[in-house]
Amino acid sequence: MTEILRADNLRKSYDGFLAVDGVSFSVRQGELKALIGPNGAGKSTCFNMLTGQLKPSGGEVHLEGTRITGRPPREIWRMGVGRTFQITGTYRSMSVIENVQMALISHHRRIFTFGPRAWKLYRDQALEFLRTVSLEDQADRPCSVLAYGDLKRLELAIALCHRPRLLLMDEPTAGMAPAARIELMQLVADIVREQGLSVLFTEHDMDVVFAHAHHIMVLNRGALIADGSADEVRRDPRVQEVYLGGGTLFKEAGDA
Amino acid sequence: MLEVSAIHSFYGKAHILDGLSFSVARGEVVALLGRNGAGKSTTMKSVMQLVPPRAGSVSFEGRELVGLPAYRTAKAGLGYVPEDRRIFSDLTVLENLEVGRQPPREGAPHWTVAQLFELFPNLAERRHNRGKHMSGGEQQMLSIARTLMGNPALLLLDEPSEGIAPVIVEQMARSILTLKAEGLTVLISEQNLHFARAVADRAIILESGQKKFDGSFALLEKQPEIRDAYLSV
Amino acid sequence: MAFLFAQFLTGLANAAALFLVASGLSLIFGVTRIVNFAHGSFYMLGAFIGVTLMEVLPGHLGFWGAIVLTGLAVGLIGALVEVVVLRRIYRAPELFQLVATFGVILVIQDLALMIWGAEDRLGPRAPGLRGVWRIFGEPVPKYDIVLIAITPFILLALWYLITRTRLGILVRAATQDREMVGALGVNQAWLFTGVFALGSALAGWGGALQLPTGGADLLMDFNIIGAVFVVVVIGGMGSLPGAFVASVLISVLNVFGVTYLPQSTLVLMFVVMALVLIVRPYGLLGREEVAGEHGQVGAPETPIRPYGPLGVALTAALLALLAALPAFADTFLMVLVIDIVVFALFAASLHFILGTGGLVSFGHAAFFGGGAYAAALLVFHTQTPMELAFLFAPLAAGLLALGIGWFCIRLSGVYFAMLTLAFSQLVWSLAFQWRSVTRGDDGLINIWPADWLNATVPYYYFTLALGVGGILTLRHVIHSPFGYALRAGRDSPRQAEAMGIDVKRVQLVAFALAGAMAGLAGGLFVFSKGSVFPTELEIAKSFDALIVVFLGGVKTLAGGVVGASFMTSVEHWLTRLEYWRLLLGLVIIAVVILMPEGIVGTLHRLWQRWRPASEDTAR
Repeated sequence: MTEILRADNLRKSYDGFLAVDGVSFSVRQGELKALIGPNGAGKSTCFNMLTGQLKPSGGEVHLEGTRITGRPPREIWRMGVGRTFQITGTYRSMSVIENVQMALISHHRRIFTFGPRAWKLYRDQALEFLRTVSLEDQADRPCSVLAYGDLKRLELAIALCHRPRLLLMDEPTAGMAPAARIELMQLVADIVREQGLSVLFTEHDMDVVFAHAHHIMVLNRGALIADGSADEVRRDPRVQEVYLGGGTLFKEAGDA
Repeated sequence: MLEVSAIHSFYGKAHILDGLSFSVARGEVVALLGRNGAGKSTTMKSVMQLVPPRAGSVSFEGRELVGLPAYRTAKAGLGYVPEDRRIFSDLTVLENLEVGRQPPREGAPHWTVAQLFELFPNLAERRHNRGKHMSGGEQQMLSIARTLMGNPALLLLDEPSEGIAPVIVEQMARSILTLKAEGLTVLISEQNLHFARAVADRAIILESGQKKFDGSFALLEKQPEIRDAYLSV
Repeated sequence: MAFLFAQFLTGLANAAALFLVASGLSLIFGVTRIVNFAHGSFYMLGAFIGVTLMEVLPGHLGFWGAIVLTGLAVGLIGALVEVVVLRRIYRAPELFQLVATFGVILVIQDLALMIWGAEDRLGPRAPGLRGVWRIFGEPVPKYDIVLIAITPFILLALWYLITRTRLGILVRAATQDREMVGALGVNQAWLFTGVFALGSALAGWGGALQLPTGGADLLMDFNIIGAVFVVVVIGGMGSLPGAFVASVLISVLNVFGVTYLPQSTLVLMFVVMALVLIVRPYGLLGREEVAGEHGQVGAPETPIRPYGPLGVALTAALLALLAALPAFADTFLMVLVIDIVVFALFAASLHFILGTGGLVSFGHAAFFGGGAYAAALLVFHTQTPMELAFLFAPLAAGLLALGIGWFCIRLSGVYFAMLTLAFSQLVWSLAFQWRSVTRGDDGLINIWPADWLNATVPYYYFTLALGVGGILTLRHVIHSPFGYALRAGRDSPRQAEAMGIDVKRVQLVAFALAGAMAGLAGGLFVFSKGSVFPTELEIAKSFDALIVVFLGGVKTLAGGVVGASFMTSVEHWLTRLEYWRLLLGLVIIAVVILMPEGIVGTLHRLWQRWRPASEDTAR
């Protein structure tokens, strides 16, 4: 499998505090890879440096051999990297389908167009993407009345609009019911298989992680302490100590 | 101690709680279980009067809470720990605790900063740190400690294990058991059945803002169909 | 050298009152998130109440006692305003409250006029401090030295209050999360009232302390409010030490400005503010504002759509009525409608950038007046034909907006608002002080339309066509892909950037478009009046537009137009009365309290209640 994304010695400091301290890893094509770790370990900071929301203090990011370190998010997006956020950032003043249409308008580089009515553009295509995530029934509802799980699925539909080669998902199932989590990640796994896309995601639900991730990385206090298959990571004593816990109080610790 | 009867609560037009009734006895730890969107957080907020019920009654030690502003509810002896922790991020640990401080209350454990640092040793180390420089687990502990500074008789804990590393969840469970041993009454909302079973005496299961089950975990164990239908574990 | 030092001391002494007023504003803003334009009014009340008390109370004790009592009295008045007006509207959309505070300004102005009369009052000298001390041979008033000595103690006392006392901790906590403070058992309503009272008291003390050097007059409120906002913004919103440093900076600069660059006095502090904000976007000691925390105007929760058949029919009927108006109306009514259309276009252009773009501009008059001046200057100096000069109005205003926007859009929220204010003051002072070109406050006159338009009826149709055309153009853009991208940048800038949208560039283009439309309104204005004066560029003009947009309803597309029509008509009727400001202020406050969603928003809600089946979209 070819390498699609590579991070080398990535660092980020905020007034003296090292949030991410020399992280290196790669994501290969067609891979579903998880980044886990305690709150405040630097997962979101890492993601934000990969997709341009934050400028790294040091280190490099390469996308298929092209250096993208410190480029703005919109350029990285145009190069084929999709992104979803821990707290969804959908447009509240638009309907569900208009959110998708907005992404398509941008994908077709028609932002600076003043003539047509926006909601008439790419409607069929948008409906197709909504169908992928089973939201077509809610296409014309205001985005502000959507249930949280549906918002997460809408975000996924939006992220798929420009046919990304790599998708970064920050806590894609946070705040969803266990069954819905499995369902959503199953959908993501199907898309990965069908479209040959790569996914890097952070997640707190260990059931989701161990059920779907091909590879798992563990971040603690800004540094990677493990990077390997599910079994390797599960058995790693350091990972158990700082993150997974011993499960002494109740068995199956962590299927939060 | 707490008697919730037939409350109806709304978010805008959305009808979230649909005639919900339940009670909590003194010294009990009760877990509210249910899927996301079942109405657990809204129940907490409705008891606290942050989302005042439009109908029904919430009485606490015989006193009606519906219609009171949230600060009066807190003064009456309810302590609320929100789901998203809501730490004052620019304030230090000690200052966060100061905001929560209220006079001692009869019939409720009295807490001092020193005692709380004993309960949550991580906080003691970071007493002069600002809230924003703390990890999610530490913020959760600070949020609980801050509420305990009000010396509540009843503690409302909204999803304390959400988004927290499993190893911290274990610590949290031990702390809640300590609180129970101190004689505190606790109402806790959870999605993590194992966590709930480890700390609570009784389970209440919500679905679409209605109560679907109310009883011991042993009883719940015997009715796997309820568990499967409403908790989808 | 000695003279310079004495000047410096004068600057430091002036900083005392400025710092008191600014720290009060900063405190109020920090906790309540209210941009309190009425803060200058409390300063003015402090001066008048101080004068009155000093006349009654004798001697040393009387003078200083009067100052202390004045602060307490103004604090009480502040508490009253908070309880009666502001407490009812905390839940209203953000920044809506500033409209209410504007109403309070008008009410206090007329009440002060009723009680103290129109004449300026000289402040009494402080007993025992009448003379001067010689420092390096230069005379420095004794009272100045006392003020300089007091100021650090004021800073220290406030700093102690905020960082070391329980009240201060509660205030800082409430600044971040009011609801949580309430859930922890603190009565936040009274906390707010207390903070508002304290902030007002500080303004009152500032007004009383400056009496021996300044006196009291009815223009004090507007004169200080600009400086106070500049100080708070330069220092960084919510930072007391920042407000202190900035007060000293501005006061000292002002003193030197008066001596060495008298023609720069009006604009100096705004230039300093613009420079500071360009280098440090959150002020000298301020911290980054969390995006969307405030300054962002609440986005509509429902998708927007053009009018349905009924709406189109009603609009068409209204336009038909306006078109037929010259057939039966007199000149007076036509002139009124011209005024309304011009103001409606101006307001619609502000509404476009504010409602759809989420960018609250406090300096939109720069483009209205800029367009008017651009056309007028061409006609006045080069006798350009009216048609050509008129075209130049939107063009020049659009270019001006492009230039100013290039600096401003890198900021957000209140800082964006203040930088636009600073630039509009620059433009204003240019018109006011560059007399050789603009004739200063004599204005440019004899700017009449071309012959074929030079009568009420043709000009009426000209205004109607271009004004309505401009408004419809803006509405069309809102529904276009560009308008959607603008809304995307407002709703969630992060998501928009992560979707390939260059949010800042979209905002800049929108800002220029809004500027051009305001310029078009300015062009229509100047040829309808035949003259233009610097007043068209004043802060008050920008605020007029802001107020009508908020009154009409930010969340609705028709808000600006309806608000402008309402306001122009009400003003036309009220200005005939003696105490019209009082009545207008009360009307504004009443609308704010009774219709927190604005006129259109409230009508829309009533309409939906009456017809509950209607689909959930805003129009």
